[in-house]
Amino acid sequence: MSNLSTFTNGLFKENPIFVLLLGMCPTLGVTTSAVNGAGMGLATCFVLILSNLAISWVTNIIPDKIRIPGYIVIIAAFVTIVDMCMAAYLPGLHAALGIYIPLIVVNCIVLGRAEAFASKNKALPSMLDGLGMGLGFTLSLTLLGAVREFLGSGKVFSIPVYSEDYGMLIFVLAPGAFLALGYLIAVVNRFKKA
Amino acid sequence: MEYILMFIAAVFVNNIVLAQFLGICPFLGVSQRVSTALGMAGAVTFVITLATIVTFIVQKTVLDPFQIGFMQTIAFILIIAALVQMVEIILKKVSPSLYQALGVFLPLITTNCTVLGVAIMVIQKEYNLMQSVVFAASTALGFGLALVIFAGIREQLALADIPKGMKGAPVSLITAGILAMAFMGFSGIV
Repeated sequence: MSNLSTFTNGLFKENPIFVLLLGMCPTLGVTTSAVNGAGMGLATCFVLILSNLAISWVTNIIPDKIRIPGYIVIIAAFVTIVDMCMAAYLPGLHAALGIYIPLIVVNCIVLGRAEAFASKNKALPSMLDGLGMGLGFTLSLTLLGAVREFLGSGKVFSIPVYSEDYGMLIFVLAPGAFLALGYLIAVVNRFKKA
Repeated sequence: MEYILMFIAAVFVNNIVLAQFLGICPFLGVSQRVSTALGMAGAVTFVITLATIVTFIVQKTVLDPFQIGFMQTIAFILIIAALVQMVEIILKKVSPSLYQALGVFLPLITTNCTVLGVAIMVIQKEYNLMQSVVFAASTALGFGLALVIFAGIREQLALADIPKGMKGAPVSLITAGILAMAFMGFSGIV
């Protein structure tokens, strides 16, 4: 597989949210607005790129039997870095994302890519795979966040589109997350088959 | 009384799956049949309660005194991974019948974000040990309740005639959305 197709693979064909259905917890939890979705996506993207890079380097040193705990420790280290940087430079976003930042550790996408791709490939393709998957994740989260924000509070990226009084509050509350994602996946399925 | 309120809040009002979006993967993944959902719920309740006790003790006796709170994520995930493995080994030896029932679900639990989520939440909310145990157990029961109800609905859903594009994930998510709406009815009780 060429580098370009490695990169675009995660963006569309194997989009982690709409096609693989991985990493559902942050997807549903933080997408009350487009900005939160994008922030979460970029944080995950950063962890994905660096953990894929690190794992592709050390994969030959780690004995096969304990590779999963090894990967998890590497991932947890990068998540801690993101957590601390975000707390220092973007305290508002850090507060909005809350517990979902440490939970990037148990996001199935990160461990999934480590096991399925980075452990078998060289450094550069692994980083591209992380970048593609991460951007695919970010795009999906931003899209879902924008849809919920638009329907729920009449804004997109905090820019008012119509009066908040006409917004359907349910879409920024918990049930709206499930409903919006359900219908978005249905739309994606429709286009995929057409 | 405090514990009863905490129990109701964690099971119904702030249901971990339907209100806080943790543990969605097993919620969607192992909810095809009620019997497997019950097995998963049992295993999760057991592991969450145990993991919360251990991580709580580690936080108070190791991370806090040495002021290495920034190692929390790394320490907790390692503890949980090791604990799950240990529970699996012990169950296999001590109670083969229980192992038969829960065994398949145990490896899946390491990456269930409820376990790490509850362990971190308990520290953030500054609960004491007893409160933590009650909170962990009732949160896990809430997870089990949501999972079993959802599995029951999906068993019926499998027989329904669903439009092609909506099959699988979309219709499951919309069902979960309606279930979450029902659980919203509990808000304000506590």
